[in-house]
Amino acid sequence: MQIKTEEIGDIVLIKIEEERMDAHNSGTFKEQMLALFDEGKCKLIIDLSAVRFVDSSGLGALVSGFKNASARDGSLKLCGLQPQVRSMFELTRLHRVFEIFASVDEAQDSP
Amino acid sequence: MAEKVEVDITIPNQTRFLGLIGRIGENLVHSLGRYTGDREELAYQLNLVLTEAITNAIYHANENDPTKQIQIQISASDETLIIKVFDEGDGFDLTELTACNMSDTDECGRGIHIIRRLMDQVNYRKSKKRNVLEMVKKLH
Repeated sequence: MQIKTEEIGDIVLIKIEEERMDAHNSGTFKEQMLALFDEGKCKLIIDLSAVRFVDSSGLGALVSGFKNASARDGSLKLCGLQPQVRSMFELTRLHRVFEIFASVDEAQDSP
Repeated sequence: MAEKVEVDITIPNQTRFLGLIGRIGENLVHSLGRYTGDREELAYQLNLVLTEAITNAIYHANENDPTKQIQIQISASDETLIIKVFDEGDGFDLTELTACNMSDTDECGRGIHIIRRLMDQVNYRKSKKRNVLEMVKKLH
């Protein structure tokens, strides 16, 4: 999965640089997040603004990251969801699980 | 005169073809002359249903065997959208895959649930040679 990471204090900002998050690339993304957790980095902000399409495997990878971050007293926040991607979270009711923000700045400013 | 579009494509049992089939599905929706609903939404839904159905076939029916194949048939008329996904494996149990609490933080199990939410009819038929997941959506 093509991603760009930037560290801002103890937060890691992950920008997904793929149009699709599906069964083909979400396994790699899970591993990329696990590598960050292994380094002790467990406060993640995931910028999904470039993602136009996400399927259940992509959602599963995000859920995996959320559970791993929570288990380490960290957090996983999402931002920049396109309308169709947002509707996927509503269809699967995962919008109740994740903290979802409009922008990276808003996600950073939240406690 | 009634319009009908049919697509029939066979791919290797590999996830790297998901994007290709999804794009074909989206383009097909954009080419439907008489559809009066939200075209962007229907295009996304067809992309999603195809992606979920093929992913299920790859992992659960064809057991990730890269030498097997998957055949996809899409038929769109003014009234209905019919999608058939054929696998070459031992098949899977549709009811087992549906057992998922959607508000839970399970990492898998949402695929068939999503298909059931978006399509009007979903059936999986097993036979000796091939199995088929058939999904129907009414367009009006």
